Amino acid sequence: MSQITKTTYQLPIGPIHPALKEPVMFKFEIDGEKIIAVDVELGHVHRAIEWTGMRRNPIQIIYLAERICGICSFVHPMAYCRAVENACNIQVPERADYLRVVHGELERIASHLLWAGVAAHEIGFDTVLFLTWEMREKVLDLIEYLTGNRVTKAILMIGGVRRDIKPENIPKIKETLEYFKENYKKLSHVFLDDKTFKMRSQGCGILTYEDALRLCAVGPTTRASGVKKDVRVDQPYAAYSDLDVDYMTPDKRTGEINGDVYDRIIVRLLEVKQSIELIERAVDQMPTGDIMSEPKIPKLLNYIKKTAGEGIGRDEAPRGEVIHYIKFDGVNEQPFTWKVRASTYANILPWIPMLKGQQIADISIVAASTDPCMSCTNRVTIIDKNKKYMLDKEQLHKLSVEKTRRLMR
Amino acid sequence: MAKGLPKSFKKSLWVFHCNSGSCNGCDIEIIAALCPRYDVERFGIKLVGTPRHADALLVTGPVTRQQAERVKLVNEQMPDPKVVIAIGNCGNTGDVFYESYNLVGPIQDVLPVDIHVIGCPPRPENIIHAVAKAWTKLETLEGK
Ligand code: SF4
Repeated sequence: MSQITKTTYQLPIGPIHPALKEPVMFKFEIDGEKIIAVDVELGHVHRAIEWTGMRRNPIQIIYLAERICGICSFVHPMAYCRAVENACNIQVPERADYLRVVHGELERIASHLLWAGVAAHEIGFDTVLFLTWEMREKVLDLIEYLTGNRVTKAILMIGGVRRDIKPENIPKIKETLEYFKENYKKLSHVFLDDKTFKMRSQGCGILTYEDALRLCAVGPTTRASGVKKDVRVDQPYAAYSDLDVDYMTPDKRTGEINGDVYDRIIVRLLEVKQSIELIERAVDQMPTGDIMSEPKIPKLLNYIKKTAGEGIGRDEAPRGEVIHYIKFDGVNEQPFTWKVRASTYANILPWIPMLKGQQIADISIVAASTDPCMSCTNRVTIIDKNKKYMLDKEQLHKLSVEKTRRLMR
Repeated sequence: MAKGLPKSFKKSLWVFHCNSGSCNGCDIEIIAALCPRYDVERFGIKLVGTPRHADALLVTGPVTRQQAERVKLVNEQMPDPKVVIAIGNCGNTGDVFYESYNLVGPIQDVLPVDIHVIGCPPRPENIIHAVAKAWTKLETLEGK
């Protein structure tokens, strides 16, 4: 008599994400379509940014920090600049603080819209991808108008920002914000009331309150599970303390917290709205004055060189908390240490409870729901004893689209 | 449109995008080029999911050690005639990462690059221009 033994499959994804700062490798245990165990490995590709940073002067590092991630190209240099300001006791003028809020929130809108489009794409809803990215172009237009660049903004400087918002720029800001207010309804209708979205996102990829706390999730991922954590509120920086920010949790809209993908969509959409209001208020309340504490860069550099000390800069990136730590020895121009903790890093472990018990077709939307800073889940190898077959990103995506179609029927 | 492009093309141009360690900046600009504002799909330019279907390869980012082999593999999998487009400063020169110990070097050290697009990140217009140039090259190659 032959004995039937139930076996599970191993399913590694990655590590060669054509990905960015944090390429990851997943190892899944699969039973049929169901994921029963997940393991995550980190650190496959890196560009040695911190190492390089320790060979550059503090001003050059701003531009290096900007290139940690193209999407968070404001928050990284921001956290870095705040760390240096903290280490060297540099006071930022009040106006610059408000300008930082404006740019930070613009980036949040751009990033959340980008994410919304990607999430829609993951479940095979490309029309929505195009809709959101068209809206995103409007923010990029404004960002370009204010900073001169679309993606890497090069706006920050230690002790302030490099460009002011002049009175003649205000109408354009207002106009764009009006556009967003008008279109916000459409956007939230598409994402929150649409049947397809609900079917694919409700009850999927759940992260409980306890898990979110235990695994130190950050940003919208943790807020969607009901954990009230937001650097802008907890330790207000820049001008946030004057601007009345609140935690955005899904119960603000639905009255309940499930911690599923749907809740993460809600949180991000609420944050887009919050950002629009924040920018509006920041622009209205902006005091006059300088935008840089020390406009002469050589002087600033010299001052930093002579100062010994260490500092920490935290801020709330679109994906969660970013921390930069820096230490100067007071002799060398180059920092003694520079350490970066990007937000996605903290959001990787929560993938494990989220993905357990899900189907293969849900991997992409669940992974995407934390807004990882990686362009795609590229390749899957299914090792079935000796047979080996590959599922690439395309096929994963196809599986996901098929599931949507199935549910629609 | 690039100079020298014939009035009618033999085929639409399909591109494959490969990230060899970029910061995402260039990648989002490539997607932006595909989205409604720039909408390159109206010219038949399409992003495909596998190198085996592609005519042009867009590579972004400095090539990290771990990615070098993969990039080569992707290039090998593409059918001839093909063009390789290096997008972004860091893929062309190393940009801010030039001295990093974990880089094999600019893309041209790993692959034969046909078109270089400079900018950090380049604007979608530049990327579209590069793809149009690639088209010209492909049409000439195929004409032979
Ligand atoms: S060229 Fe600039 S924007 Fe593009 S990937 Fe490199 S660092 Fe990022």
